[in-house]
Amino acid sequence: MQAPLSAPEILNREFLEMRCKILDLAAAFDRLGRADGTAADDPRVTRIREALTLVLEEPEGRAEQVQMLFSRAYDDGWREAFKVKPR
Amino acid sequence: MDYIDPHIHMVSRITDDYETLAKMGCVAMSEPAFWAGFDRCSVDGFRDYFRQLTEIEPKRAAQYGLQHFCWLCINAKEAENVSLSREVIAMIPEFLDKPNVLGIGEIGLNKNTKNEATVFVEHLELAVKYDQQILIHTPHLEDKYQGTRMILDMLCDDRRIDRSRVLVDHVEEHTVRPVLEEGFWAGMTLYPTTKCTPQRACDIIEMYGGERLLVNSAGDWGPSKPTAVPDFILEMRRRRHPESLIRKIVYENPVAFFSQSQNFTFQPRDESRGAGVSPALK
Repeated sequence: MQAPLSAPEILNREFLEMRCKILDLAAAFDRLGRADGTAADDPRVTRIREALTLVLEEPEGRAEQVQMLFSRAYDDGWREAFKVKPR
Repeated sequence: MDYIDPHIHMVSRITDDYETLAKMGCVAMSEPAFWAGFDRCSVDGFRDYFRQLTEIEPKRAAQYGLQHFCWLCINAKEAENVSLSREVIAMIPEFLDKPNVLGIGEIGLNKNTKNEATVFVEHLELAVKYDQQILIHTPHLEDKYQGTRMILDMLCDDRRIDRSRVLVDHVEEHTVRPVLEEGFWAGMTLYPTTKCTPQRACDIIEMYGGERLLVNSAGDWGPSKPTAVPDFILEMRRRRHPESLIRKIVYENPVAFFSQSQNFTFQPRDESRGAGVSPALK
């Protein structure tokens, strides 16, 4: 399904919101940096940095890929591990 | 625009919320059984809760012309207690003939454990035995993808399950495709910080179309907004989507899905001449 709005129309509508969200993120990183101690080794920070790279570098499907980055892996052998039998 | 909220926990909301929903165009809602914010300690705790869902909430809703329907189960979080879950599952048939009960739900997974999977499969048995529709909760945040795939495995393993009578809820960008591709209905929950925002729900509609997709507020006792469906309607209008598509998602799709339950005695607003009549009051 085609989105009814054109790209320039979407940008006009959402530019300030996108700018605001980036500022929020930048300020959150600053807050982490100013605080006592460090969270640099926390894997959550690593994932946030990876997500930012995805947003900048992926040509499409960014939201889905960011979701996957923050997801636990699926193993299709789980039924054997849990002994759940197919009906 | 008239709309139906297919997933909202009114037991956690004040009566003023019913009034606000009515003013915003809501004409009916369905309320799945869920975790109350604490673990109940006995089957009688659930019996009282099911009375609330089948007797009390329909009356509160009817005061504002809203038609209230519900789903029954022991939720995934409390399903970690398998013995209590089995007592609750054995008790549920006492309530299946109540006039506003649409089926079994919201069953599902929470932390994707063996006990949760065991109780999920036993709920499926109950639904098959009593020919009930099914509404499914998928896990939160980092557990969602893994849990959704496990849920689809269990559903697709069982050839007795009619996929057109199953709604898999709380889908997001990474889970909507497999749910729709396997032939199930999919629900998007509009939450302030977790699950979908109204904007991302519109994006998903633009990517996947409006077939077998629903939107809901899942308003409950946590951070949530019971009027989130009107927010979605507004966002769709701001993007210039046709009214026919919006109405399909917020009204016609819920009616089509719920109509597969014999207890869905929904009366459209114009046919009921004003205030709807809750089935519990007939």
